[in-house]
Amino acid sequence: MIRFQDVSVTYDGATEPTVRGVDFEVPEGELVLLAGPSGVGKSTVLGAVSGLVPHFTGGTLRGRVTVAGRDTSTHKPRELADVVGTVGQDPLSHFVTDTVEDELAYGMESLGLPPAVMRRRVEETLDLLGLADLRDRPIATLSGGQQQRVAIGSVLTPHPRVLVLDEPTSALDPAAAEEVLAVVQRLVHDLGTTVLMAEHRLERVIQYADQVALLPGPGEAPVLGSPAEVMAVSPVYPPVVGLGRLAGWSPLPLTVRDARRRAGGLRERLEERQGDIAFEGRAAATSAGLSEPVGAPPRRWFRRAPKAQDTPRSPDPAEVRALAVRRARVQALRHVDLTVTPGETVALMGRNGAGKSTLLNTLVGLVEPSSGSVRVGGAVPHRTAPRDLVRRVGLAPQEPRDLLYADTVAAECTAADRDAGADPGTCRALVSDLLPGITDGTHPRDLSEGQRLALALAVVLTARPPLLLLDEPTRGLDYAAKSRLVTVLRELAAAGHAIVLATHDVELAAELAHRVVLLADGEVIADGPTAEVVVSSPSFAPQVTKILAPQQWLTVAQVRRALA
Amino acid sequence: MRSFGRTGISTESGTPQAPAIAPTPRHQRAAQLHPGAWWLWSLSLGTAATRTTNPLLLALLLTTSAYVVATHRAPTPTARSYTAFLKLALAVLLIRLLFAVVLGSPVPGTQVIVTLPEVPLPHWAQGIRLGGRVTAEGLLFALYDGLKLATLLVCVGAANALASPTRLLKSLPGALYEMGVAVVVALAFAPNLIADVQRLRAARRLRGRPDRGLRGLLQVGLPVLEGALERSVALAAAMDARGYGRTADVPASVRRTTTALTLGGLLGVCAGTYGLLTAAGGTYGLPFLLTGLAAALAGLRLGGRRSPRTRYRPDVWNVRACLVAASGVAVAALLTVAASTDPTALHPSTIPLVAPSLPLWPAAAVLLGLLPAFLAPTPTPKEPS
Repeated sequence: MIRFQDVSVTYDGATEPTVRGVDFEVPEGELVLLAGPSGVGKSTVLGAVSGLVPHFTGGTLRGRVTVAGRDTSTHKPRELADVVGTVGQDPLSHFVTDTVEDELAYGMESLGLPPAVMRRRVEETLDLLGLADLRDRPIATLSGGQQQRVAIGSVLTPHPRVLVLDEPTSALDPAAAEEVLAVVQRLVHDLGTTVLMAEHRLERVIQYADQVALLPGPGEAPVLGSPAEVMAVSPVYPPVVGLGRLAGWSPLPLTVRDARRRAGGLRERLEERQGDIAFEGRAAATSAGLSEPVGAPPRRWFRRAPKAQDTPRSPDPAEVRALAVRRARVQALRHVDLTVTPGETVALMGRNGAGKSTLLNTLVGLVEPSSGSVRVGGAVPHRTAPRDLVRRVGLAPQEPRDLLYADTVAAECTAADRDAGADPGTCRALVSDLLPGITDGTHPRDLSEGQRLALALAVVLTARPPLLLLDEPTRGLDYAAKSRLVTVLRELAAAGHAIVLATHDVELAAELAHRVVLLADGEVIADGPTAEVVVSSPSFAPQVTKILAPQQWLTVAQVRRALA
Repeated sequence: MRSFGRTGISTESGTPQAPAIAPTPRHQRAAQLHPGAWWLWSLSLGTAATRTTNPLLLALLLTTSAYVVATHRAPTPTARSYTAFLKLALAVLLIRLLFAVVLGSPVPGTQVIVTLPEVPLPHWAQGIRLGGRVTAEGLLFALYDGLKLATLLVCVGAANALASPTRLLKSLPGALYEMGVAVVVALAFAPNLIADVQRLRAARRLRGRPDRGLRGLLQVGLPVLEGALERSVALAAAMDARGYGRTADVPASVRRTTTALTLGGLLGVCAGTYGLLTAAGGTYGLPFLLTGLAAALAGLRLGGRRSPRTRYRPDVWNVRACLVAASGVAVAALLTVAASTDPTALHPSTIPLVAPSLPLWPAAAVLLGLLPAFLAPTPTPKEPS
């Protein structure tokens, strides 16, 4: 169905091809997953299928890409629109009309389908994606998950034979992601649609893939094979594979169910250590409460970070009492209580639109509470001057780009030093520590997603706020970037910074958080040590927990330590 | 794959087509009134407003349009623009009054309310006056004049609130559709830009910079424009990948006929208009104009063949739409007639000052504009979440 014949793509101005030696075929009716670290050209390969590369992006494509027999070099994207449906990374930039129903019809209108067919397919798609209640809603008012479903629905209605999805679940909470993936799987099974999909969160998608095309590194030829074969050699892999590799299972299990059936022996070996680790987990949570540094000794650049034991009577980094927020006639938060102590890492979880971002925005004073009180290091955030507030709390927003104004990294760092009143060079030192290898002259827009987050984090940390907030920090990060982020955040927590992160990434929460706070409809529905909260929730439990239940293990790293 | 060409319409869509049945009403949005009807109605009321300066008639027009908006506006974001138009109208009225006070009024008056200190101006600025006498007559004249303009603005606002301009653009003929989409996307650019500015200004707070003031606005300018440009490029890519701008193969003869008809028609329209406007061409003006118009419309219709587009649930022009549009046009026509037969009632004199009276027949005519309140289907109220 999709055929790459020795394809290489070189963008204008680049000396090296972004991808080269791409030579594989996606048979009809298969779901092929495109995996690999960030920056290896996954989006380029996907773009070549719809013809957007090179017709739209420019650059030179050598070799041949054929889709359903049509050569993309002679067919423009619009002439492939009836066989290929493409959803990009950002659903918002995909929408042409302004209501859900019109958006679903748009592609069919372009293809000239008869009105009766259009009407039927819109109704079918509304039901298939669970959008029937939203049909008349303006798209701008939908949550991220709903928008992603509308975007997928809008390319489904013309019944394309090939579906190209770039990170379809990266912005979604676990439940919404499962919903979207269930739909994709149904298309593959029932309609025989061919799907080519790129996704960083392999733990969500690997079990649905018939084949995996792995791009191991920039400019390297892809490796195609069955998921188990490819995962055995892949530099990126989900926790279930990590556990399988650790335990030496062969063939590697890809689903929690397969792994559970193999895990009997491992569970026995872990039985006697269970007590220690459970204790360790609880100890971590309570020690954080007592604000003792845990983990590695603080590094040089956290030296001046405030430590609770220096000022034992100082107010907590964050104290929220009976907080309620109403925005545009929607009750975003109701009666929320939350206290964060120094050195503690709290993960805020909950479905899209549960109020996580609102809570973070309230803590930095971007949103004014309707009732209740918010104190950040003793100050009321929305009444504090920004200049003072940055020394108490820092937020790395969902879109790190929003924080960056300058046109070079160096200028950004200088500005950050000046804003925070820090010694010149503070921010630059942070950048080098967080992410070695960024040159001064780079434009922030040319950085990868992970690099941009690191830069935004460095900008925020320049003022050494005792409370650090992160909104959805792992969106678009590969496993390597994620583990670097985890290391950095652990060190910060060890140095006494309190960290609150809003995330859908259960694996990240399991790795980092001492405490998990679950939000639903603006209310706190669970608040407790990570192990207790996530173990009891089917959608928020990490893979390792599901595999080794009823024992309470959270991460592969924990298991590795226990076995060592 | 059966065919690789650009047959466009049916063979490649991957599923069997429905039997060719005539579109029944269920494929149309009968529940909504055609946006053209709303726009015709609103703009007709606006036209009616330009025919009179009688404050009572203008107030009646305002109330009529406001009542229909209150009962029939759609639950869409554009509907909220009505408030913005009301504010704009009020601002226009106030500015008109302010000018009358500060710059004086061309209307000679005797009833002096207050005398402002007059600023002496050099001789080359003769004819312009700053300060001086403020007369009741001048003020009243300005009020009537401002009210006329304000009513016109509110009527345009009503059109926006009742049917968003994007819906109106969808009713364009096929040949113009793509242009229409470009306009819609350009229209959406502005609200997105404003949202971006607000978000980025708020983000300044996170960097410890003041989030208010002019400097903040200027500093986010460049990132906002960069972001908007990036989004536009991404949207263009998405639209292309979804088949925007697909063309169907049409025979060369049809293409040539289209061009000939459109160009010839437009030339005919130009010549006809010229003929109508010059005194000499009174005989050939009208026929030329009509033939030209017909040719241009035929060209447009033929040009639509090049685009394989179909419409999803098009708005239908039904009896209700006719009645709604007719009620608006009737108001405009009757007031125009009244303005020529009874000018004193529609333009109450300000010199000498008289209290305006409500002329019975024009007032009844304005009330015809209330017809849509009872005719048009009410949009079903939607829960906000």
